[in-house]
Amino acid sequence: MSEILTVQNISHIYSAGTPFERAAVKNISLSVQEGEFVGLIGHTGSGKSTLVQHFNGLLKPTSGTVLVDGQDIHASKEATRRARFQVGLVFQYPEYQLFEETVYKDIAFGPRNMGLDEGEIDRRVRTAAQQVGLPEDALEVSPFDLSGGQKRRAALAGVFAMEPRLLVLDEPMAGLDPVGREEILQCIERFRRVSGAAVLFVTHSMEDAARVSDRLIVLNQGEILMQGSPAEVFSNSQALTAAGLDIPTVTRLFIELRRRGLPLSPAVYTVPQALAEILRLKNGGEGEVC
Amino acid sequence: MEKAIVSAENVTYTYPAEEGKQNHAALHDVTISVKQGEFVAVLGHNGSGKSTFAKHLNAILLPSGGAVYIDGMDTREEGLLLAIREKCGMVFQNPDNQIVATVVEEDVAFAPENMGVAPEEIRRRVDACLETVGMGEYKRHAPHLLSGGQKQRIAIAGVLAMEPSILVMDEPTAMLDPAGRREVMQTVARLNREKGITVILITHHMDEAAMAGRIIVMHEGEVALEGTPREVFARVEEIRRLSLLPPQTVDLLWHLRAQGFDLPLEALSVEECADVLEAFLKK
Repeated sequence: MSEILTVQNISHIYSAGTPFERAAVKNISLSVQEGEFVGLIGHTGSGKSTLVQHFNGLLKPTSGTVLVDGQDIHASKEATRRARFQVGLVFQYPEYQLFEETVYKDIAFGPRNMGLDEGEIDRRVRTAAQQVGLPEDALEVSPFDLSGGQKRRAALAGVFAMEPRLLVLDEPMAGLDPVGREEILQCIERFRRVSGAAVLFVTHSMEDAARVSDRLIVLNQGEILMQGSPAEVFSNSQALTAAGLDIPTVTRLFIELRRRGLPLSPAVYTVPQALAEILRLKNGGEGEVC
Repeated sequence: MEKAIVSAENVTYTYPAEEGKQNHAALHDVTISVKQGEFVAVLGHNGSGKSTFAKHLNAILLPSGGAVYIDGMDTREEGLLLAIREKCGMVFQNPDNQIVATVVEEDVAFAPENMGVAPEEIRRRVDACLETVGMGEYKRHAPHLLSGGQKQRIAIAGVLAMEPSILVMDEPTAMLDPAGRREVMQTVARLNREKGITVILITHHMDEAAMAGRIIVMHEGEVALEGTPREVFARVEEIRRLSLLPPQTVDLLWHLRAQGFDLPLEALSVEECADVLEAFLKK
């Protein structure tokens, strides 16, 4: 697998030279492999949103380098432009950015800017709409007539249609109810499976992050606190709590049960895992620890 | 009997129909009464009518049928509008839509200034409210340079500066991280407990709802479930049918019950759930 994103020692300082000077990102290095699903976690002000805006060149690092597909994205104007198409960035509340007369035109906006021909634009719009579960007849209505959840999905489709190789989403499920959150997660997962793109999503929900990610990166005060598989990261729940993050309720429950002397796995972070682990112990310790 | 400070009687609300469209009722015959000093959480999935209900509490929306009384004041009486809005402060989900000034302390002073509060009193309230939400040191900062969580706390301070007796919050923590959520929820719980402010919290978060004295679950514009957090969350099947997720503690016990083990479902907190599981596993 090849590396789609390589970030080398980047720092970003806001309002440099003013009394409000603040380093939001401090000397961060990380990489994302093609097809990977990465969760980026951190509390408000930890630098997550600042960091991801470097991935497609919206922000230029104060120091350090960002490589997309091995190319320095600030090497030339052309390289920056290419990065914008290769790395699709979905902001918080992306539905606020819908603006066209019809859903179709809104989804087509990105591909059209890429200079694609009409046939290809049409194919991409329809594919993206299907990936987010928008019916054909929704394409001809005004995006402002869609329901809240549909608007969010239409906005996602606009980025999917650019067929980025790395999809970066900043809190894509914010403000949705549990069912809406699940729908959005499934849209993203479907896109990743079909396109083979990498996904990096920013969240402060440890539970959502743990459920879908191959790898978690935890940010604290502009620096990487830890990274690894969900099981590795959750085994170190003390550090997470110290960084102001909430660990899943079942993880806290298992810490409490272990404290009471029950030989349970420390790396439990979903209800099905918890269930399997309790049944394993109940049935005399047989079977695998998940 | 304690007096009801909020009383919604058979409220129906239909959003104005757009051209060529069927208009749909967002609220059907909703009757809810909240006593002074209560902490009530309103749960429901997107589109359940919970935000529409919240907007009736300070006359942003007026009922199409039925009536809403805030401390006895009928929200349909135009002359009572200002009195109702001073009595019932509202915090919304997106702080960006609520912040009006370019300096934090000026934003918090906005409402009391409009209410004609004396300058020294405004100064006192602004400082006290910013301390309450833990933003005292940011009073000279520009709101647009703050994080979402910080902005939301400024918005809450701005409402508290009116010293309302009822605080209606429509998903105030949806944009906050866990630490920010905890701070806001602790602030809200303290305001309720120590100052006796009546709190009506619209939320998706089960753990926030669990802090309330009473939970009302809305579904398709109607009240679908009502009771203490313990009573409501133990009804796992119904909760799921209403497109909500039970807390993980209750969910885990429910799954064990489905496997044929006789465990109680009322263990809401981690400690209670651990007690149940410890007894179960050591049996």
